[in-house]
Amino acid sequence: MNKSGILSSPHKHNGSSVRAIMLRVCLALLPGLLCYSWLFGMGVLVQCLLACSSALIIEAILLTIRKRELAMFLNDGSAVVTGLLFALMISPLAPWWISLVGISFGMIFAKHLYGGLGHNLFNPAATAYIFVLLCFPALLNNWPVAGGIFAGIDTLSGATPLADMQTRLAAMGMVSEIQTGPIYGHFAGSGWEWINLTFMAGGIYLIVTGIISWRIPAAMLGSFFIISSFFSVLDPDIYASPLFHLFSGGTMLGAFFIATDPVTAATTPKGRIIYGCLIGIIAYVIRIWGAYPDGIAFAVLIGNATVPLIDRYTRPKVLGEE
Amino acid sequence: MTRELHSFHGGLEFETFKDITNNIVAIQHPLPNRIILPLRQHIGIPSVPLVKIGEHVLKGQLIARADGYVSIPLHASTSGKVIDIGDYPVPHAGELEATCIVIEPDGDDRWCDIQPTDNFLAVDPKQLQEIIRACGIAGLGGAGFPAHVKLHEGVVNIVDTLIINGVECEPYITCDDRLIREKAHYVVAGTRMIRHAVQAKHCVIAVEEDMPEAYAALAKWIDDDIELVKVPTRYPTGGEKQLIQVLTGKEVPSGGLAIHIGIVMQNVATAAAVYRAVTRGEPVISRYVTITGKVGTPRNLQVLLGTPVSDCLKACGYEHNENHRVIMGGPMMGIHIKNPDIPVIKLTNCILVKEIQPIPAEMPCIRCGNCVDVCPIKLLPQQLYWHARTDNLEQAQQYHIFDCIECGCCSYVCPSHIPLVQYYRYAKTQIAAEERKRDGADHAKQRFLQRQQRLDEEKKVRPQTEESDVSTTSDADSDAKKSYIDAAVNRTREKRKLIQDQEKKDE
Repeated sequence: MNKSGILSSPHKHNGSSVRAIMLRVCLALLPGLLCYSWLFGMGVLVQCLLACSSALIIEAILLTIRKRELAMFLNDGSAVVTGLLFALMISPLAPWWISLVGISFGMIFAKHLYGGLGHNLFNPAATAYIFVLLCFPALLNNWPVAGGIFAGIDTLSGATPLADMQTRLAAMGMVSEIQTGPIYGHFAGSGWEWINLTFMAGGIYLIVTGIISWRIPAAMLGSFFIISSFFSVLDPDIYASPLFHLFSGGTMLGAFFIATDPVTAATTPKGRIIYGCLIGIIAYVIRIWGAYPDGIAFAVLIGNATVPLIDRYTRPKVLGEE
Repeated sequence: MTRELHSFHGGLEFETFKDITNNIVAIQHPLPNRIILPLRQHIGIPSVPLVKIGEHVLKGQLIARADGYVSIPLHASTSGKVIDIGDYPVPHAGELEATCIVIEPDGDDRWCDIQPTDNFLAVDPKQLQEIIRACGIAGLGGAGFPAHVKLHEGVVNIVDTLIINGVECEPYITCDDRLIREKAHYVVAGTRMIRHAVQAKHCVIAVEEDMPEAYAALAKWIDDDIELVKVPTRYPTGGEKQLIQVLTGKEVPSGGLAIHIGIVMQNVATAAAVYRAVTRGEPVISRYVTITGKVGTPRNLQVLLGTPVSDCLKACGYEHNENHRVIMGGPMMGIHIKNPDIPVIKLTNCILVKEIQPIPAEMPCIRCGNCVDVCPIKLLPQQLYWHARTDNLEQAQQYHIFDCIECGCCSYVCPSHIPLVQYYRYAKTQIAAEERKRDGADHAKQRFLQRQQRLDEEKKVRPQTEESDVSTTSDADSDAKKSYIDAAVNRTREKRKLIQDQEKKDE
């Protein structure tokens, strides 16, 4: 910016970088990812590989078309994070081309049409997931039963605990009765409890290391807990327990890794609380009264859409402002 | 009695690098070959030269008068010949040139006649302020706000607390620390003088926790009348608004001044300068400067104002190196200077040499909000950046860009390596330029309308106005100017005569 070569103050930096942040996020995803594949088979790892390579290839193509610097943006790690998150949201049994289709859509429409890294309104991974979910519902709703890492592709498959709960409740089943089924574990879905716990651990690591703020996950899980407790107390026969909701499906992945995507989340301290609460409530509403068994990705996208408004009206008072 | 301390939002904690220089005694830097004195070393209007090229001046002699209220006079740092009055590079973030008086020292370093003031308590506060003003004291902490302006505010308003700021929060800088350790009684006595000048009810001297020696040195000279406080080491505690917040819990109103909440703050070096000005009549002609970083023998120097930076660096065993950058000030707020002939001025607290590190490419903002977390003013730096970048100046003002103190915390933590402060500085300059343009246009329009009205009225009263009227007014103008200059010349002559007499007596 300065032609004379004068360097602007400060002449000191803490050494952080976008790449370091993205790599930290990947690292934090690792325990959840390993636990997931340990319980649900190699399919998870294959999907991760497919999604990450699709993301990198598509990012490279789009950057070339937009005449942007390739090395800098491919190295920033954002494409890999998008790929990983997408792979962790879809079913491990989804066909190989789902990644390519979903990621292409997310990268083009949610990221690069808005101007690329830092400019997008919606989370690219969530957008990609919603796109394939709407286009190919049958393929995406077919999940393996937790059977260990060496379980073959053609082992038992069917509905997730969340989907199962939804259909059986609709068929006048009772929560306590439904939860005795084989796909249910101690307090939530079998296997899903562990996956959610490990993602939660990764998320807490991100909070402790200062990569994400505690506000969004705390607000989202808090509101989610309160609303699910309320209904569960109201009628425990038709509303599953808060623990079941907190530790099933993509709750923890969403709370710590998708809703907290800095680019698409609110940035003011108060705004982050509002944004988190909003996502928690919408996710619950979709899970209980919506057509989709898990509402996290939808809720995040709706949350994303409200960010400019939230940020605008939650500007903190500056020092000495009346 | 311990004061309850408060905290401020954000800020940073990092390695201070103070131990490079803070245990080494400051030495007097020898006379340089030339002294370059910018007419503007303070915030406000430049001073007006009173000397001509070729004239001989004495140390401490008034060489430029203050021009208006927010301006301060300038004095010769040593005796010698004025060899030029012209444009030279001065310390400025945009590397500007400005008018300077250049003196070639004669080597005698001979003082002019100076007037000490005995028993300052018997002097009227207003007169004490005049003495401070006449000695050219600008806030020596870094901003360079003319000291008398702040003090005058103090007489108009009621001052609850006078705070003397010894919190040197930027890394590397130790000039105030050394000054306190070596001249603690100057600081304390100067504090009492400022207190008298503003009639403050309470008085606090604040130093950082990591300055125990300075604390002890001050404690020796302090009675119950002054409160000595240690504040936590955290950047930017030394900022006026932050220190006020830490010490009192009060917030300086946005867009307002400290005096609006009954507080006057001055730097410790300013207090020491006031002591010199009052007890000896000495104007500000030298200061402590920390020479540190990649130099042979880092230390503090007592430098005559106007000494080129290159001279100070040489004295500390530094040889020019392409891979180094020289910074005037600290690493967080200092100015990168490419021309080493730029002089040390009243605001120069430090000269830091750092190795040039490859600057990572600027990435897009990912809205991580780290800048929000560290901003001591509670601004939204990422939003400000957005508006500054897109020249959306109105929005930038709505997001309080003028409250930004340019402390650099936001840039320091930015993972995208965006030079945020540079964007803010740019936006502020743009806004100021536009306002000037608008004001100028308004002013011209108003003048035109007034003139039109006047002409119309004159036509009504005196239909045949002659053009000669115009020339008479300009004559009157030039007469006034001439008599003013004559008066100034006479004053200088008288002063010089006095000085000569004094010299004869001395001999």
